[in-house]
Amino acid sequence: MSEKMDHYLQLCTFRVGELLLGIDVLNVQEVLREQSITRVPHAHPSISGLINLRGKITTAIDLGSRLDAQTTGSAAIHVVVRTGGSVASVIVDSIGEVIEVDPSTYEAPPETMTGPARELILGAYKLETELLLVPDVERVVAMPSAAVEVVA
Amino acid sequence: MDEDDEIIGEFLVECSEGLDRLDQNLVELEETPDDREILTEAFRTLHTVKGSCGFLGFGQMEVVAHRGENLLSLLRDAVLEMSDEIADALLATVDAIRQITSTIDETGAEGVHDHSALIAELERLASAEAPSEAPADPAEPATGADTPDEPTAVGDEPAADAEVEQPEAIAPEPAAERIGDILVDDGEARRDDVEIAATEQSLGDDRKIGEILVEEGRAEGAAVEKAATKQRASRSDSSIRVDVELLDRVMNLVGELVLARNQMLQLTEGAKEKPLISAAQHLSHITSELQEGVMKTRMQPIGNVWSKLPRVVRDLSRQFGKQIRLEMEGKETELDKGIIEAIKDPLTHIVRNTVDHGIEMPDERVANGKDPEGVLKLRANHEGGQVVIEISDDGKGINADIIREKAISKGLISAEAGAEMSDKNVVNFIFAPGFSTAQAVSNVSGRGVGMDVVRTNVERIGGTVDVRTEAGQGTTFKIKIPLTLAIIPALIVSADGDRYAVPQVSLQELVRIEDEDEDHSIEMVHGAPVYRLRGRLLPVVDLRTNLSLEAGEPQGVTNIVVLHSDERLFGLIVDSIEDTEEIVVKPLERQIKDIDLFAGATIMGDGKVALILDVHGLAVASNLTGPGSTASWGLEDELDEGADYDERALLIVELADGSMVGLPLDQVDRLESFSPDRIERSDGRPVVQYRGAIMSLIDVGPSMGLSHGVLDGPEEANVVVCNQNGTLAGLAVGHIRDIVLDPEMHEEDGLVRAVVDGRVIDIAEPPRIMSMAGIGSDELIGAY
Repeated sequence: MSEKMDHYLQLCTFRVGELLLGIDVLNVQEVLREQSITRVPHAHPSISGLINLRGKITTAIDLGSRLDAQTTGSAAIHVVVRTGGSVASVIVDSIGEVIEVDPSTYEAPPETMTGPARELILGAYKLETELLLVPDVERVVAMPSAAVEVVA
Repeated sequence: MDEDDEIIGEFLVECSEGLDRLDQNLVELEETPDDREILTEAFRTLHTVKGSCGFLGFGQMEVVAHRGENLLSLLRDAVLEMSDEIADALLATVDAIRQITSTIDETGAEGVHDHSALIAELERLASAEAPSEAPADPAEPATGADTPDEPTAVGDEPAADAEVEQPEAIAPEPAAERIGDILVDDGEARRDDVEIAATEQSLGDDRKIGEILVEEGRAEGAAVEKAATKQRASRSDSSIRVDVELLDRVMNLVGELVLARNQMLQLTEGAKEKPLISAAQHLSHITSELQEGVMKTRMQPIGNVWSKLPRVVRDLSRQFGKQIRLEMEGKETELDKGIIEAIKDPLTHIVRNTVDHGIEMPDERVANGKDPEGVLKLRANHEGGQVVIEISDDGKGINADIIREKAISKGLISAEAGAEMSDKNVVNFIFAPGFSTAQAVSNVSGRGVGMDVVRTNVERIGGTVDVRTEAGQGTTFKIKIPLTLAIIPALIVSADGDRYAVPQVSLQELVRIEDEDEDHSIEMVHGAPVYRLRGRLLPVVDLRTNLSLEAGEPQGVTNIVVLHSDERLFGLIVDSIEDTEEIVVKPLERQIKDIDLFAGATIMGDGKVALILDVHGLAVASNLTGPGSTASWGLEDELDEGADYDERALLIVELADGSMVGLPLDQVDRLESFSPDRIERSDGRPVVQYRGAIMSLIDVGPSMGLSHGVLDGPEEANVVVCNQNGTLAGLAVGHIRDIVLDPEMHEEDGLVRAVVDGRVIDIAEPPRIMSMAGIGSDELIGAY
């Protein structure tokens, strides 16, 4: 991670409730508006369901539920991310711009941070007006059971 | 380095194909030791293998192949005669080479193998019995390493050269691709001239046959040139090797194209622009053809798997001292490559079992008045979108009493239930885990693993396996598997507004219950819902409950999809039953892969995703498949009836005068009975109000020429409801008597009859009866 911080990164930003988050643009395949979602009974509660991404069946994950964050409830934007060879859709409330961040403003999350976000947030960039959180995309799209294995 | 790997990879593929062929040839040779054609082919195959390994520097392998080839050449030249000893040695040679190739495959090098005993044996056989004046094989240069006489796997030496250094060209059975033959076939040369040329060649003329013919004016240079091209083409250009992964990728893309096409068709449905519509139709047409073509590229004849079996049967029957003849029928039946791979092991296992347990020792057979030679028969054919493979023997059959005892002693079933169970059902216990009745453990079978694995493997690919046996007469295993896994027929059902796909292979029948129909409602037994399906209790589960969805509003009707899993039947209540569709199966992403209730997902015509239900998972989640749950074993009879629908089961009904008539069961929708006061008349015809519509009744007796029917009587009328293209009609009969599976059918002068329990029974075709009565379309479904 430290190597990554040495140069300027371009982050695709979006909001989930109050939170401003950003993912490396290189991990973002595309951003889609409202999609028809097929729910999957018995799946993890933060899995919204399946969408048809041009013939490829893709899992849609509700980032708000994943982070245990309040959402506006209008979650309708799909940020399609690529991680470790697979593709998943992360549902967010609204999409922002792509911004370039200064690595010197990056800090690890505070020790006091608790809840699911503790595991899923890598760190934050201190922007002038607010904090831009960087989620661990790999863990966000992996479901909790798998994430625990990663920790262990 | 990479290039080397590639060459070695190619060599290994060719080797393994060659060795398989050789195995087959050698087993055939034991039957027909004098078949020169097979001998020549076997020789050539081993020779090619030897040539390639010499070229690639695999010395050990070359030595073994060389000795084997020596022995084969003596056989081919009739210096030696085929014997058991020789066959064993040659097969051992094949095994040794196979062992080395697998080491090469794993490590890239030959590794260390000790084949000195085999080599000594091969040398002994070649020399001991060969008279010293045996002609040295001219195709056998002592070095062996540089054998230019045959095109090798790596050399792209024109095949025509083979003629030059191969003086055995005058062997009585020349290979089909000989240039001389091509010339003769094309009428460019005379057979005699070709033979003279070949003789000259064998006397030391080192020109090619083509050259000799041209130079002596016996053939045109251009014609020889053409024949040589043809010869090369027939060897290599007519087919190419394709990476299976690439094919899989193309297959996936075609699957997506099919979905895109479906969407396109839906979008253009209401369109008015003629050019758009015709373009969409054209696209649709091409897509279908493309899909078919790509599916075909993945198809392989089942003979590819079977080709290994003669050797298995031969080795085992030698080991046990049995005499077994292997017969194969339908080798060319094609199946998807993935499925071929999946059934390879189950098939081999059943064959091994049959040789071990099924077929008796020769003296035992003779004592029972049978031919000492047992017959093991493999048969494959297509049947309604599925492939049916039968493995049958004429052995002693499976003793149901032994199985029953064993099942009881293992606690798989209670003694009372066991006593009541029919032999046919008892025999199916051989598929239960840990079940083996072999008296002694052999290295073939009897260790209690096997048949359950066979069933698991077959079911994993959506197939079924069934066994039928008759004491003293033999046993038949019947495996039914789908043609392909990528695109399957499925029934679309819905629950709480979402659609789900149910694979057709698990589907038994559909039942619809009206709520006011009190005789046919869902009842509770010890808190578990059950439905009486033709007198048997069918456990039912609600899809909504299973998927933890909201309970639905009562709709006035209940739709039950009757499914089977692991030989057990159960009913699945769904909100509604939609359509049957061909769906493209797509795997689930890792986040939801662990949910056992779903087997995958698919994309529907409207572009939305639908989940595919895993019927086995559903049954497990509903506690319907616990081992030894004896209650559900009783359902097997029901299942068997269902499983035989496609085998033309007959519903036997009795008419007013006591005569019996058979109705094809697959054309029967439901059985009902109506009291006389429910029967009304409309337009002079008897009708009943049925499921919110008016259904005509046809008295079958009079329509088949009887003087009186059953409708006018004071008793309840038994009615067989038939559905033809959506039109319902009730056929009134006296009594419902029986369901006969797989009856003996006779057809004469267009009249079909069956013989059941020694009685001749006429077959009535519901569509014909309906159309004679002026109901439904005039199109006859010519099922019988």
